[in-house]
Amino acid sequence: MALLSNTAVLLGKELRTEFRSRELLTTTVVFILIVIVLFSFTFEPTSDESRRFGPGLLWLAFLFAASLMLQPCFLREQNNDTLSALRLSVSDPFAIFLPKLAANTLFLLLTELFLLPFFAMMYNVPVVGVLHWLVLVFVLGSLGISIAGTALSAISAQARMRELLLPLLMLPLLTPILVASTEVTKGLLDRAPYVQWKGIGFLAIFDMVFLTALWLFGEYLLEE
Amino acid sequence: MAFAGRNGSGKTTLLRIAARLARPSSGAVNFLNGSGEKFATPPPAGFVAHATMVYDELTAEENLLLFARLQGIAKPAARTERLLGEVGLMDRRNSLVRTFSRGMRQRVAIARALLSEPPVVLLDEPTTGLDPQGARWFAQTVRQLRDSGRTILMSLHGESEVSSLATRAIRLDAGAVVADTRTGANFRSILAFANA
Repeated sequence: MALLSNTAVLLGKELRTEFRSRELLTTTVVFILIVIVLFSFTFEPTSDESRRFGPGLLWLAFLFAASLMLQPCFLREQNNDTLSALRLSVSDPFAIFLPKLAANTLFLLLTELFLLPFFAMMYNVPVVGVLHWLVLVFVLGSLGISIAGTALSAISAQARMRELLLPLLMLPLLTPILVASTEVTKGLLDRAPYVQWKGIGFLAIFDMVFLTALWLFGEYLLEE
Repeated sequence: MAFAGRNGSGKTTLLRIAARLARPSSGAVNFLNGSGEKFATPPPAGFVAHATMVYDELTAEENLLLFARLQGIAKPAARTERLLGEVGLMDRRNSLVRTFSRGMRQRVAIARALLSEPPVVLLDEPTTGLDPQGARWFAQTVRQLRDSGRTILMSLHGESEVSSLATRAIRLDAGAVVADTRTGANFRSILAFANA
């Protein structure tokens, strides 16, 4: 019960500070928009070519966006040592992680959903018919990226070369989830769309395993 | 109880271990009750450090409400209002902490540390960076805390108005106690150590 109420309180704080500064959302939306527009010039956005390159490009842009979002996640807690204040205030350290990964997932999802119409328009790919499946992949993929990324952000925030360390740790760990997300998205953007259940199952299992690991070992990630 | 010592002597580490923010490589920190018996569960400690441990992007009131709710304090709004009044920030309750002076930030930090009315208060070089007026206000607050029966452990960087409130002085060097006294000429020399 305390976990849920603490999570709600801290999620409220994360959302309030972000919507007050709009620091992360603005940066990432502009960044992904630039990537999508730039790539639309590099190859002919005919439907076939877009279907071939689109999914990979989309998830690559999401990965970069996630890197931008996850970097300051725990770094901001270091500025005034608010992490110590949080650790002194909550009994379960998972209550510190849960709102952060929920906020990261939400911000990433908002960015993805905001940019999907631009992607569909510029790359001439119809998405309306498979929108609900795409949302499912975005949710599972973003959740996986956020869980692993939030944990790694906690580790890297305490390191000396923190800006370099996070992408270095994150990229290899996220490769399986990116491959699965890209594969499922590719199937959904196909001329004859299909749902790749194996990929969706993999994403769900990845999320559950990493969430459980974070719940069990999160305490050690916050220790000095 | 005041801790003095050179930079790196272990003052901050000791206080962070006492607050259970860090684990000791050996030994343990025990809190004893009035009869000298060990507490089964360590009492909650209010921690004030050089870093304010509050969010710059939130207002003073939002910060206190946030931590009050996290600590499960009953009637958090009333407690927050009372503490804001006590630290003299009632008229700035809705201002973002990032617009505050160092002294005002430290007042918010004190209020945050006292939210749960902790029986033990840990102060890690709390007057660093405060102007004389701020340091005087801080000393008065520490005096009130001491007089209200709280145990106060503080690390200090030289003799000050706050250090004069200590009833026991300990000098640390390389993580070990090298002097420990309650009275006598040695008392002042320990507290003045950092200035020596």
